[in-house]
Amino acid sequence: MANEIEGNREIEEATTEELQEMEDRVVSPEKAEEAKLKARYPHLGNKPGGSDLLRKRLQKGQKYFDSGDYNMAKAKMKNKQLPTAAAEKTDITGDHIPTPQDLPQRKPSLVASKLAG
Amino acid sequence: MAGVGGGNDFQWCFSQVKGAIDEDVAEADIISTVEFNYSGDLLATGDKGGRVVIFQREQESKNRPLSRGEYNVYSTFQSHEPEFDYLKSLEIEEKINKIRWLPQQNAAHFLLSTNDKTIKLWKISERDKRAEGYNLKDEDGRLRDPFRITSLRVPVLMPMDLMVEASPRRIFANAHTYHINSISINSDHETYLSADDLRINLWHLEITDRSFNIVDIKPANMEELTEVITAAECHPHQCNVFVYSSSKGTIRLCDMRAAALCDRHSKFFEEPEDPSSRSFFSEIISSISDVKFSHSGRYMMTRDYLSVKVWDLNMENRPVETYQVHEYLRSKLCSLYENDCIFDKFECCWNGSDSAIMTGSYNNFFRMFDRNTRRDITLEASRENSKPRAMLKPRKVCTGGKRKKDEISVDSLDFNKKILHTAWHPKENVIAVAATNNLYIFQDKIN
Repeated sequence: MANEIEGNREIEEATTEELQEMEDRVVSPEKAEEAKLKARYPHLGNKPGGSDLLRKRLQKGQKYFDSGDYNMAKAKMKNKQLPTAAAEKTDITGDHIPTPQDLPQRKPSLVASKLAG
Repeated sequence: MAGVGGGNDFQWCFSQVKGAIDEDVAEADIISTVEFNYSGDLLATGDKGGRVVIFQREQESKNRPLSRGEYNVYSTFQSHEPEFDYLKSLEIEEKINKIRWLPQQNAAHFLLSTNDKTIKLWKISERDKRAEGYNLKDEDGRLRDPFRITSLRVPVLMPMDLMVEASPRRIFANAHTYHINSISINSDHETYLSADDLRINLWHLEITDRSFNIVDIKPANMEELTEVITAAECHPHQCNVFVYSSSKGTIRLCDMRAAALCDRHSKFFEEPEDPSSRSFFSEIISSISDVKFSHSGRYMMTRDYLSVKVWDLNMENRPVETYQVHEYLRSKLCSLYENDCIFDKFECCWNGSDSAIMTGSYNNFFRMFDRNTRRDITLEASRENSKPRAMLKPRKVCTGGKRKKDEISVDSLDFNKKILHTAWHPKENVIAVAATNNLYIFQDKIN
């Protein structure tokens, strides 16, 4: 008997929480969007502005070789042949150890700006 | 419908558009910065390809006194080139992040342009005379046989077609580990600051091999990193004061008289947030993408993802004015996060009298807010509305179910057409709006 009553109370509490969530969604479009995002990416951490996001931002432009890539490349090298040097920029990382010859040389624009045309 | 910007009833009209009409936009042609000089006679643009194009305003003609002078190409040069840092395996983009003009002190014009790592001081000078009648060489430059010279003459300066030359006078390199987001020239006209994600440096315009670090927010352990510097600016009149904004929506004002290292702020501006309304997106959309002092020096304006705020420097606990730029995007944050648009960095600017502010949005829309009348307007930079002196029609985004004629629904907005960079002439109602690879110039038509 006591268990039944406790069970009922739990159900009531759960409903209150659900109601609060529903209210949040109705009141705040932002929270509704957050729920949508979490539904699509359940592994998304709870700290969006945290160090992961910022560190990704700080590392912009770092496309190639670093010690992690080096170790991965070494491990893969045992199983794989070297791909041709014409591989895309994104393929270079992790597949083989890049050399200066592999890196596509970025030349400055030879064409004048079209704004000046 | 009355326009916004000067208090008087006036309309914004199309004036000029620069750039190619092709559908296929080359990455290098994307405009990354726009800046008028102090007089407004020169307008500089920088692009992703590292090139700078400077436009000059033609003198007003007597025949058409009401039509303002047009901006035509004055000079163009390659400011920065792509580099590769082999030591750090870092590709250094040539994209021009910012251009800042120096106040004019002589016949030449000077500007600072920067990419992620290197700042350059460029001198733009005119040459309209050349010497003729050399003794030792011919007109085409070939050396004359000395034995053939029988008489001596004095070379004469003759007029020639105007030639505008740009030459790099100073290169300020190797002072930033992270990516430079701002440069700002001090009111003393001798020093300037440069800011990257974690540090701010103070330079002297004459000295390239040394710079002082004045702000350093790098934590000892990078795992503890919680915020980065997003923008910085020197105060327009007080040469000891500067501000910097952060990815957490805060602004710090620093006084260089207080200490050599300004890690401790003099003022801290932050709007209190309702903790119950906090969501996953709160911090991301509060990140300040631009901070600009008013010309008066009394106020500053910050741009975050959805709004523009005006702060009184005397009041730190909240802004004095808040303007919603595109509040309808709040219910689209999930998709904007997925397509990375939520990280777009919009800039903002004041008009010359500080009575109006302007910022960009999506779908090539840009918004202007009149601080006195509290009126706002949404306009579009589009080739469809590009007949000379055509009046711009106000645009409206419909959020609800029923879409009126001429309104555009939120779902139809083109998020690839973003207006991140705008500039307002320092004295007149002339604005420059960068729409991807095109530069639009609009001006008012007084009714």
